[in-house]
Amino acid sequence: MTAETSSNAVINANGLCLTFDSSDGPVHALKDVDLQIDKGDFVSFIGPSGCGKTTLLRVIADLEHPTRGSITVNGMTPEQARLERAYGYVFQAPALLAWRSIERNVGLPLEIMGISAAEKAERVARTLELVGLDGFGRKFPWQLSGGMQQRASIARALAFDADLLLMDEPFGALDEIVRDHLNEQLLELWRKTGKTICFVTHSIPEAVYLSNKIVVMSPRPGRVADIIESNLPDERPLDIRESKGFLEIAQRVRAGLRQGQL
Amino acid sequence: MNAAVARVFPIATVVAAIMIVWYGFTVYLNAPWQIERYEKAGIEWQMEDLVRDTMALDRPILPAPHQIAIEIWQTTVEKKITSKRSLIYHGGITLSSTLLGFLMGTVLGIGLAVSIVENRAMDKSLMPWIITSQTIPILAIAPMIIVVLNSVGLTGLLPKALISTYLSFFPVVVGMVKGLRSPDPMHIDLMRTYKASRMQLFWKLRLPASVPFLFASMKVAIAISLVGAIVGELPTGAIAGLGARLLAGSYYGQTIQIWSALISAACMAAILISIVGLISHITLKRMGLQQ
Repeated sequence: MTAETSSNAVINANGLCLTFDSSDGPVHALKDVDLQIDKGDFVSFIGPSGCGKTTLLRVIADLEHPTRGSITVNGMTPEQARLERAYGYVFQAPALLAWRSIERNVGLPLEIMGISAAEKAERVARTLELVGLDGFGRKFPWQLSGGMQQRASIARALAFDADLLLMDEPFGALDEIVRDHLNEQLLELWRKTGKTICFVTHSIPEAVYLSNKIVVMSPRPGRVADIIESNLPDERPLDIRESKGFLEIAQRVRAGLRQGQL
Repeated sequence: MNAAVARVFPIATVVAAIMIVWYGFTVYLNAPWQIERYEKAGIEWQMEDLVRDTMALDRPILPAPHQIAIEIWQTTVEKKITSKRSLIYHGGITLSSTLLGFLMGTVLGIGLAVSIVENRAMDKSLMPWIITSQTIPILAIAPMIIVVLNSVGLTGLLPKALISTYLSFFPVVVGMVKGLRSPDPMHIDLMRTYKASRMQLFWKLRLPASVPFLFASMKVAIAISLVGAIVGELPTGAIAGLGARLLAGSYYGQTIQIWSALISAACMAAILISIVGLISHITLKRMGLQQ
């Protein structure tokens, strides 16, 4: 560990590179990424497609392997962290299993971990309530709207109480109104649980509204262009998005994105 | 009421059209022979005599639908089930080897599909052989199977069922392999983030995902199981079964018997497919896979 790494770092990446081999030659998905995420941070990764933001999240989750550089999750390798079930992952789509009711979907990780039926039922009920889906446990996924399905998938990621939540454009496919609502709920959840959240998005307002740290990324090769600390208060009503402080940060993000394009 | 009419009407229209064409052909195809008979006997005949008589021949080239219906009635309802002339007796024999063959074919198909999906070596080595097996005409291989198995003392139900198995395992393998591989990469990643074991991945993701594919395959499998059972009955010396009825009918020029066996086989296939379809519907509905 380097001197500036504080002891409560959840994720620590140094000189991280990831190259995919393709028929047109190597693709540099990530190049020299240095990043530290502390406990309790809400970090957004923003950038155009092909900037490696999803790849970075997948490296943290041990779903991709870096070609060079080092990364630790909770002080361990990503693989060890995955095997310790250190994180919950929310995908772009709800990815619910169609043949399981909502409560059995949320209970899936608990089932795999071999948690007792009684505790499973209790935890499923608690997490469903946390995302505002109490009373929908016995429904099948197709009986729920897209927004509710995505909330169920968040509940599933929360069900086993990992301290780290990795979210890959979870609200990308939803309409603006549902999205605003879920953003509010997610912030409240973050405040309530104190989890560390890594959130991939391509929406500037979403990134600024949600996070206390915004990682601006740029493509070809995928790298970190800027890291912006937000000084917005923790309590964020939706209309904070019209405030001066909010617009200033959004401006910085936009500038960072534009610079990355050059 | 209206919904029922809307469902029945298209089917009834097609059936009516088939009947009209069928009766037309009955007269047309049987007419030359009937006319010859009139001339030999020196009978003056009118068009309506011809129409009536061509539909009432003992051994017509093409029997009329009502002749087949009467034959089926006489050989099912009016015959004892134990009678060698009962179509139910013969149908039951065909049905039992169809069902046994279908069951074995489905089990074999699922087993092969699982080993193909779970084992790369099996995938590479088995699949070409499975496909090759279906390029051999069943009519060529069925007598071999029967003769070979007879010579080792296996007779009766099992050899016929094995021909059904030979045909029916194929759609099950193909459908099941596709079904077991149908989960989204996202779902597989999801299971990976939970540190799911290979067994858990199989039981909790791959297998449930494959169920709709399995049922679709089983519908095809049960129909060709019946074909296999009938083909299997042809070389056994025409002892029993719908296949035997077909063969015996063609030996003695009993076209009405042939057609009644054919129609019975078609009805049996339709009923079997409907039963599989119903089980599929109920299962998928209970699984939440059908709305």
